[in-house]
Amino acid sequence: MPEVASQSALRIHRLRKAYKDVVAVDGLELEVHAGECFGLLGPNGAGKTTTVEICEGLTEPDSGEIEVLGRTWTSNASELRQRLGIQLQDTQLSEKLTVLETVRLFRSFFRQGEPAAQAIARVQLEEKQNSRVGELSGGQKQRLALACALVGDPDFLFLDEPTTGLDPQARHQLWELIEEFKRSGRTILLTTHYMDEAERLCDRVAIMDHGKVIALGTPRELIATHCTEQLVEFTAGNAAKSLDVPALRRISGVRDVRTENGAVLMQVSELHTAVPALLAELARQNVPLTELRTHSATLEDVFVTLTGRHLRDE
Amino acid sequence: MSDVPISGVRAADGSRNTPRGNSFADHPLVQLTLVRFREFVREPEALFWVFVFPILLAAGLGIAFRNRPAEVLNIAVVSPELAESLRQEKLLEVHPLELQAAEESLRTGKVALLAGPGANGAVVFHYDDTNPEGRAARLLADRAIQRAAGRADPVSTSDQLVREPGSRYIDFLIPGLLGMNLMGSAMWSIGFAIVDARRKKLLKRLVASPMPRQYYLLSFLLSRILLLVVEVAALVGFGALLFHVPVRGSLLDLAVLCVLGSLSFCALGLLLASRAKTIEAASGLMNVVMMPMWIASGVFFSSQRFPDVMQPFLKALPLTALIDALRASMLQGAHMAQMLPQVGIMIFWMVLCFGLALRLFRWR
Repeated sequence: MPEVASQSALRIHRLRKAYKDVVAVDGLELEVHAGECFGLLGPNGAGKTTTVEICEGLTEPDSGEIEVLGRTWTSNASELRQRLGIQLQDTQLSEKLTVLETVRLFRSFFRQGEPAAQAIARVQLEEKQNSRVGELSGGQKQRLALACALVGDPDFLFLDEPTTGLDPQARHQLWELIEEFKRSGRTILLTTHYMDEAERLCDRVAIMDHGKVIALGTPRELIATHCTEQLVEFTAGNAAKSLDVPALRRISGVRDVRTENGAVLMQVSELHTAVPALLAELARQNVPLTELRTHSATLEDVFVTLTGRHLRDE
Repeated sequence: MSDVPISGVRAADGSRNTPRGNSFADHPLVQLTLVRFREFVREPEALFWVFVFPILLAAGLGIAFRNRPAEVLNIAVVSPELAESLRQEKLLEVHPLELQAAEESLRTGKVALLAGPGANGAVVFHYDDTNPEGRAARLLADRAIQRAAGRADPVSTSDQLVREPGSRYIDFLIPGLLGMNLMGSAMWSIGFAIVDARRKKLLKRLVASPMPRQYYLLSFLLSRILLLVVEVAALVGFGALLFHVPVRGSLLDLAVLCVLGSLSFCALGLLLASRAKTIEAASGLMNVVMMPMWIASGVFFSSQRFPDVMQPFLKALPLTALIDALRASMLQGAHMAQMLPQVGIMIFWMVLCFGLALRLFRWR
């Protein structure tokens, strides 16, 4: 297909949805290209789930336009359902059914797709095929949910916080499965509040807050635009001798200085010049250094820079 | 928008064109119904309440209220002459006692009646007129005394005893229990399952898939009707084998009544579950709706015992209609044409509740 890049799998225009007293989605604009893995990031209550559920045809928007795979929910609902793979936040599948029975049930709803056993093998649950759903671990349940989403061989996969509450090993296992689906060239819309998840899986991300997109781009672009690449975090000083923070801003190569819970966070362009300069400044102020760390900026830092809050605070 | 399928983007994938198996088992309605069966069979408590409990109840009540030969009534007598004439009555066991001991026996229920001499050779009966045994003893005692004094009955009477199947308590009970069981199993099975699935957001997940929504509800009705066969056969078979409870009407009529009754209770269960978000809320609603019917629809005793002003309301209840029709069919061998009012009431409830439920139903 020659025009891959120009095709869009999802287009959202001026989308708005309000519940009784909160505006969940407030004039949202978004486009997801066919074949990409798109991440929707934001703290709880940012409107991610509402947005996704509108895209999945589960929630009626108050206003705005939405097109999924070039179709609308108002005129092509049943056709769209056949082509979407959906995994919802905290669905509990029936505990008394076995893994195979569950996937077979979902398979029966789709006109095409792979045999249930094959979908189960795809998420590496073959050994649990005849176990009751109630006996599975959290990670296994999430993989089963993924199998139910994949069994209809979807063109577009919606994953709403797929790894929330899982241990690191289970998360990595799920990431590998999602990456495998990505390699087949199909589209994914993923919501998460784990930055490492978005950085690893997503081609592009949109950061949402208060029902709006506040930043959009590849993870690298966002970090480069909103943060300098390096961060220096340190604690210094004591009750007797406090730190002169404004003086730090004058060090060459320092873009921003913030204090947070007694620690100081500096964004710097080049670590190898900024750190010696910082040490010299502290020596000049005669303030003892108690802790020093450096790290590359992440999407988390982007979010903090944009909103002044942490993603998982609320 | 263009109709070019996005799927062309994707790398070649051999599994893409595997169509859904054409076998009967892979039809969504069959799969959904199988799920209902599996969930039911894998819940041992449900099996107990639906199949074992009604039979235990019928057995218990059948034994407790079994028909016994007419019992001999104990009475106390304070004068020897009276005792002599009362002993002529075989159904009375006469205890000659001192007045004080006799009164004590009457108070404690050891005797049903105390016969004592009144003024001028009259006889005074002491008894509690709210106690059926007391009233029966009075009639028997009076008859014995009058006959002993030389009364001749102007009309001769004779007894023909009716103790055949069809008019005993167990005959009354089995159709009542059957109706109650159909109500309970229909309402709980549909109500619980739906509210539980809504609570677990499973309903939402199902409507996010291309599942035809009507199949979901239809699978409940189908599984209910199939389980009904076992349920009805177990209870009616138990009654017929152990207590010779008759099934005088046609089996087809019985089947139609059971299916109709069950469907109207499925509709009621669906209505009660159409919005409830928690099991507690749903079971509260169910109990509020079912309790009056357990009491007033004639499961254990005839609904005719309630005051006349209430009768039109009681007759309009779906359980009353079902039980009345079941009794008419099983015990009196009534034809469908004679049960049209009851059938009409059940259809009315079914249509009303399904209509409302489909309007009110929330998938999430």
